[in-house]
Amino acid sequence: MAAFSAVKIPPPQFTTVRSSSQRPGSSPVHFVHSSSAFNSISFGSAKSVRSRPLFAVTSGVVSSDKTKAASSSASNPAVTREVALELYEDMILGRAFEDMCAQMYYRGKMFGFVHLYNGQEAVSTGFIKLLNQSDKVVSTYRDHVHALSKGVPSREVMAELFGKTTGCCRGQGGSMHMFSAAHNLLGGFAFIGEGIPVATGAAFSAKYHHEVLKQSKPEGLDVTLAFFGDGTCNNGQFFECLNMAQLWKLPIIFVVENNLWAIGMSHLRATSDPEIWKKGPAFGMPGVHVDGMDVLKVREVAQEAIARARRGDGPTLVECETYRFRGHSLADPDELRKPDEKDHYSARDPIIALKKYIIEHGLASESELKSIDKKIDDVVEDAVEFADSSPLPPRSQLLENVFADPKGFGIGPDGKYRCEDPLFTQGTAQV
Amino acid sequence: MAMISKDPVQACTATTLRQFDSSKKMAMALRKFGKDGISIWRRGFSSSAGLESSSTRDATPVNLFTAINQALHIALDTDPRSYVFGEDVSFGGVFRCTTGLAEQFGRQRVFNTPLCEQGIAGFAIGLAAMGNRAIAEIQFADYIFPAFDQLVNEAAKFRYRSGNEFNCGGLTIRSPYGAVGHGGHYHSQSPEAFFCHVPGLKVVIPRSPYQAKGLLLASIRDPNPVVFFEPKWLYRLAVEEVPDADYMLPLSQAEVVREGKDITLVGWGAQLSILEQACEDAEKEGISCELIDLRTLIPWDKETVEASVSKTGRLLVSHEAPVTGGFGAEISASIIERCFLRLEAPVARVCGLDTPFPLVYEPFYMPTKNKILDAIKSTVNY
Repeated sequence: MAAFSAVKIPPPQFTTVRSSSQRPGSSPVHFVHSSSAFNSISFGSAKSVRSRPLFAVTSGVVSSDKTKAASSSASNPAVTREVALELYEDMILGRAFEDMCAQMYYRGKMFGFVHLYNGQEAVSTGFIKLLNQSDKVVSTYRDHVHALSKGVPSREVMAELFGKTTGCCRGQGGSMHMFSAAHNLLGGFAFIGEGIPVATGAAFSAKYHHEVLKQSKPEGLDVTLAFFGDGTCNNGQFFECLNMAQLWKLPIIFVVENNLWAIGMSHLRATSDPEIWKKGPAFGMPGVHVDGMDVLKVREVAQEAIARARRGDGPTLVECETYRFRGHSLADPDELRKPDEKDHYSARDPIIALKKYIIEHGLASESELKSIDKKIDDVVEDAVEFADSSPLPPRSQLLENVFADPKGFGIGPDGKYRCEDPLFTQGTAQV
Repeated sequence: MAMISKDPVQACTATTLRQFDSSKKMAMALRKFGKDGISIWRRGFSSSAGLESSSTRDATPVNLFTAINQALHIALDTDPRSYVFGEDVSFGGVFRCTTGLAEQFGRQRVFNTPLCEQGIAGFAIGLAAMGNRAIAEIQFADYIFPAFDQLVNEAAKFRYRSGNEFNCGGLTIRSPYGAVGHGGHYHSQSPEAFFCHVPGLKVVIPRSPYQAKGLLLASIRDPNPVVFFEPKWLYRLAVEEVPDADYMLPLSQAEVVREGKDITLVGWGAQLSILEQACEDAEKEGISCELIDLRTLIPWDKETVEASVSKTGRLLVSHEAPVTGGFGAEISASIIERCFLRLEAPVARVCGLDTPFPLVYEPFYMPTKNKILDAIKSTVNY
C-alpha cells in the first residue's frame, strides 16, 4: 500500500490480513497489533489514550513543547502562510458567528433550540477545509460552523436562523437543519445519529458513481464526512453504519467530536469503554484519536483519512478530543460541568493556539491577523443586517414541499389545487 | 375514589411489597413532602370535576413538572422494585421532572442511560418482564420512534404471545410531547396516534398538574404497559392545586370538564386549555359547549362521549397532530357508528395540518382557538 505521511493511521496490512484470515482466533492479535502500532506513534495525543482522564493531552504541534511528533520546529512550520491564514480566518468566522448568534438569540431575533460550536472550531476547520466542492458533509444540530466551513455564505446561514425566506432552507429548517445542495451539505440533524446512515448512503452513491458508472474524477472518490458527538457513539445507528461502511469499503470518514458531555451526561459515565477510536478496529477500520483543540493536528489526520477514502481504501473513524465552551444549547444553564475542566480547555482555545503558532513561526504579523478579525466582524454584521431585512416566508410556503409536487397535495374534487382550498389551512378540509 | 390496584404485578411481588392503605400512603407522602407544603385550611380545586381522592384535601399549588415529580417520588417510595431511567434523568432531567429522585432513592434505582432509545425501551421491557416497575423516560416524544419497534412488537404483545406466562405490565414510558412555541420539527411532535393503533398498549395524556399526578400513578400501577405523554407546554405554565398525598385517577375514564347542551368538544392534553378558551368565547355567542377530556386514549371511554353526543347531537374533536389519520378520526368513526341518527351535523375535526411540524409557521399549523370557534359555529349552524 502507499506510504503514509507523518500521521500513522494503523497500516493497511492490518486490514488486508484481517480480511484474508477468517479465523476468530486471529482477531485478538490484530486488535493488539493495531493498538500497539498506534501507540508506537510518537504523537502527543497517544499518551492520553492510555491515561485517563482524557484531558491530559498536550498538543505537540501548536504548543511550545517541541516533541518529535510535530514535524514542525520554529523554523519549519507545518503549513504554509496561505493555509495558516485560511485556517485562522475560518475559525474566526466560526467563533464570531456563534457569538453573534448568542447575542441575537438573547435579543429575541432568533428562536428555537440553538446549539453553539464555540471551542470546537478546530475540528470543523481542520477537516472541512481539505474538502472539495463535491465532497459531502453530514452534521448534527451543532451545524452552523460546519455549514460556514463548507462554504455556505454566512448571510444564508444567518437568514435561516432568523427563519427568513432567504435562508439556505428557505426558513423551513432553522438552526438544526442547515442543508445546501450547492455546497453538498446534507444537513444538520436534530436527532442524534440520524445523519450517519444518510452519510453512509451518500458515500455509497459516490463509490457507485466511481466504480460502476465510471464517472471518475482525477482526484479519486468523493469523500463524505459524518460529524457527530460522543453520546451518539452509544447509539445503534452508529454501529450499524460502521459495519456497512467497512463491509463495502465506502469513502466515508466518521468524525467523532468528543466533547465529553451529552447535555448533562458525562461520556465517561455513559460508555463502557470511553475510548471511541477503538470502535473502529472492532469493525475492521482504522480508529484514530487526535487532539481536537489543535487545528494543525486535526488537519494532518484529516489529510491522511481523506486520502485513504479517495484511494478507495475505505472508511476511517477519527475521534477528536474537543470541548464546547458554552452550554449544550442556549437554553442550557450548564451547571454540571466543573469550572476546572472548563478552565483547562479554555486554556487550549484552538484559535488562540493557532494565532500563537502563526506569530511564532513568522507566518503573519499581529496586525494582519487583526485585519482578518475585523474583516470577519464586518462579514457577520452584514449577515445580520441581511437576515434582518429579509422577508419572512409567505404563508403559502407552509404547504409546499411536503411532497414532490410543489403544490403539495394534488388536485381536489373541484379541480383546483387542494392547498388553495380556503378550508385547507383550517385543518378541516379533506386531504 | 382512590384506587388501589390489585394487579398481578403487585400481587406476585406481595411478599416483598408492603400493602398500603390510603392513610399509610398519605403518612409516608406527608413525611416526604412535609416541608412547608401542608396547608391547614382547605382550598378549592380547579375546573376538574370533583375530587376523586378520599384522602386529605391538603394541597399545594404546583406546576406540571412538580406534580409529576411528586408522583415519581411516591411511586418509587411505595414500590422498592421500581426504577426511573432515561437520558439525563439523574440531575433532574431537561424538564426537571426527575429532580431529587437520584439523591433520595440512590443511583441504582434512578440512573442515566446512554443515548439509545431503542435500547432504553427494550431494556425497560426486560425489567418489566421480570416483575419490576420500569419507568422509562424518552426525552422528547419525537425521539420515541427508534423505540417504536420495541414498544409495538414487544411490549404490546408480550402477554398475548406468551399466553400470560410473562407480561411487561410494569412498563411505563413517559415522554414530553406537543408544541411548545419554538420547538420546530423535532421537539414538538404529537405521536399519540401511532401508539393508539397498537392493541396491548395504553396511551394516557393528562391536561393539568392534578390530573398528571393521579394519572401517572395510576399508569405506573396499571398492570399493562402504558405510554404516558406529558404536554411540555404546560410544564411550567400550568399551575394547580395538587394534593400532597398519594392518589390515583381511573384510567379509561373520560372526564366531562364543562357541561353544555349544544355541542360536544373532545380533546386531551394541552389542547384542552385552547378548547376551554373557545368554549368561553362560544358561550358569549350563545353556544353552550360540553367539553370532555379523554384522558386515556386507548382504551378510550366511548360511553361518556356517546352519552354526551346523544345529548348535544354535535361533535368536534381537536388535537395538535396532523388531521389525517390522527386519533380524531377514530373518535369520529366510532361516534358516527353509535350515534348516527342522533347527529345533527358532521363530526368536525380541528387539528394540525398535514405537513411535518413546521418551524416558523407554527401559529398557522396549530389548531388555534379561532379555528375551533369557526368550526363550532359552522357545526352548530349546519
